[in-house]
Amino acid sequence: MIEAVGLTKRYGAKTAVYNLSFQVRPGAVTGFLGPNGSGKSTTMRMILGLDQPTSGHVTIGGHPFRQLPNAPRQVGALLDAKAVHGGRSARNHLLSLAQLAGIPARRVDEVLGVVGLQDVAKRRSKGFSLGMGQRLGIAAALLGDPQVLLFDEPVNGLDPEGILWVRNLMKKLASEGRTVFVSSHLMSEMALTADHLIVIGRGQLLADMSVKDFISANSADFARVRTPQTAPEQREKLTGVLTEAGGQVLSEPDGAMRVTGLALPRISDLAHDADVRLWELSPHQASLEEAYMRMTQAAVDYRSTEDQLAGLQQPVPPGYAPPQPVIPEVPQQGWYAPPPPGQNPYAGAPAAAPVAPQAAPAVPPAAAPAPAPAAAPDLTKRENDEDAR
Amino acid sequence: MASVPAVLQSEWTKIRTVSSTSWTLASALLVTVAMSAALCALMKATFDELSPAERATFDPTFISFSGMILGQLAMVVFGVLVVGTEYSSGMIRTSLAAVPQRATFLFSKIAVAAALALVVGLATSFLSFFLGQALLGEHRTTLGADNVLRAVIGGGLYMGLIALFSMGVAAMLRSSMLSLGILVPFFFLISQILSAVPKAKEVAKYFPDQAGAKIMQVVPEALNTEKAPYGPWGGLGIMLIWVAAALVGGYLVIKKRDA
Repeated sequence: MIEAVGLTKRYGAKTAVYNLSFQVRPGAVTGFLGPNGSGKSTTMRMILGLDQPTSGHVTIGGHPFRQLPNAPRQVGALLDAKAVHGGRSARNHLLSLAQLAGIPARRVDEVLGVVGLQDVAKRRSKGFSLGMGQRLGIAAALLGDPQVLLFDEPVNGLDPEGILWVRNLMKKLASEGRTVFVSSHLMSEMALTADHLIVIGRGQLLADMSVKDFISANSADFARVRTPQTAPEQREKLTGVLTEAGGQVLSEPDGAMRVTGLALPRISDLAHDADVRLWELSPHQASLEEAYMRMTQAAVDYRSTEDQLAGLQQPVPPGYAPPQPVIPEVPQQGWYAPPPPGQNPYAGAPAAAPVAPQAAPAVPPAAAPAPAPAAAPDLTKRENDEDAR
Repeated sequence: MASVPAVLQSEWTKIRTVSSTSWTLASALLVTVAMSAALCALMKATFDELSPAERATFDPTFISFSGMILGQLAMVVFGVLVVGTEYSSGMIRTSLAAVPQRATFLFSKIAVAAALALVVGLATSFLSFFLGQALLGEHRTTLGADNVLRAVIGGGLYMGLIALFSMGVAAMLRSSMLSLGILVPFFFLISQILSAVPKAKEVAKYFPDQAGAKIMQVVPEALNTEKAPYGPWGGLGIMLIWVAAALVGGYLVIKKRDA
């Protein structure tokens, strides 16, 4: 159990974390989300007593970290994969940490096996890749078999196999009743790993709720309904019936209908009563990525701008007007969460979108995060992406 | 609480598993012994050219430690790296997450490194002495002579204290490069130059290396050196004050500042 109360950290004039209060409970994986520079790592360091909070306090199991008896046996942490002396071998690094807590040397070989580094145990960590460094850091966290585990961006630099392994490891640790606190900026990863979410932006708490609540609180669920393309009159009929029953119906570019405000069984019943055949009736839930983007849009510190390449332009001879770069009129907002129906200015006029619906989604480069390695939420995201156009 | 023996054991593992430990300590020993031996041999060859006053105050013990001017720099590097690499690698955060007690962590680390530096320092000192005396031929002295044993053991203490002082400075500055950039020029150039400049040498006398080096002299005014206002043990005491100040400063920094 980690408990933060009114945690505030100022570096000179810059406030990194402001009045942050939350609890991290045992038996669940708690995801700690926020854009770059939102104060995640600072908070992690304060939990570990490395940074002193300007005000407020944070305790682990009721004790401030610095007063914990035998801290390595109670709290394991991965803060920075590269925070090892490069000239020391992986095994010796872990051995020096093990000796602090009176952990026998054979436990070192055990955790090296757990993270899959037994073959490079004698090699200097200087030559390790980022992924190997992450594994070494995770090994150090697991060393004391602690009840509380903190991981700062554990999947950075890991290959897909490693990501899957970390995901399962977190879940297993939580299922054993441990407190697992994982920071990440990869939403799709957290959707698969975390049970509970704490979201911060600009050092302030934005959300503290379960993953499920988070998604439904931050996005609109909708049903996609498709009628036979051969019978447009059925489509009009169904639209009328659904609107009459209190639903909102929007057209999608490929001819499907997006229905909100009605449960799936009710839509089916109404269609049956109206004698309309359905080719598709599917529930859609916004992905965590979308919900998160929507929430933190206002709290992003480092936002990229369009690269105008102005500094590379040749001086223009007088009298010659260079062609202006054409910026495609892609609706910026459409890439994020699907806006609640009725409020989307683009949904009603799909023909105006310059990109063909079947084309690969050309996401605006300005807002594109690294593609998430996990496939599942990514697919839903792209699907909605196309739908929104 | 992380127990002190556990931290000491861990720090011993840390210090013996990096190659910088062996090469800095080995070069401290080799450079000092080799340079001292060379100067002893030179002194024997040119002894007849010395002025009568210089011959009268000839200090065969002190001359056999003359390589320490260069050898102490390797000790400085050793001391700085032991503490500084924790910061430059980021290991400090891992270490302090495992040992939240700042004093236990810092002083265990320093104790292990200082003990090692002292052992190497004493070995250096005795080797330099015996090799130097062998090369001095008829001008030699022996361990049994007045104050000679004190000077030889003092040479080892001096090396250890130089390393200890460097660790304190590195803990204060939290950076290997910065600490080396200050300490190496200080010991190798500034202190040596100022001790030869009139007026400035009145201050330079109280520098840690100038004061501490007096413990190695058997003849107080040997080879034109100035007579100091303190004795050999007084000089070592001055050096100890410097070391204590550096260590207290280093402790306050690690205690107060965010890691």
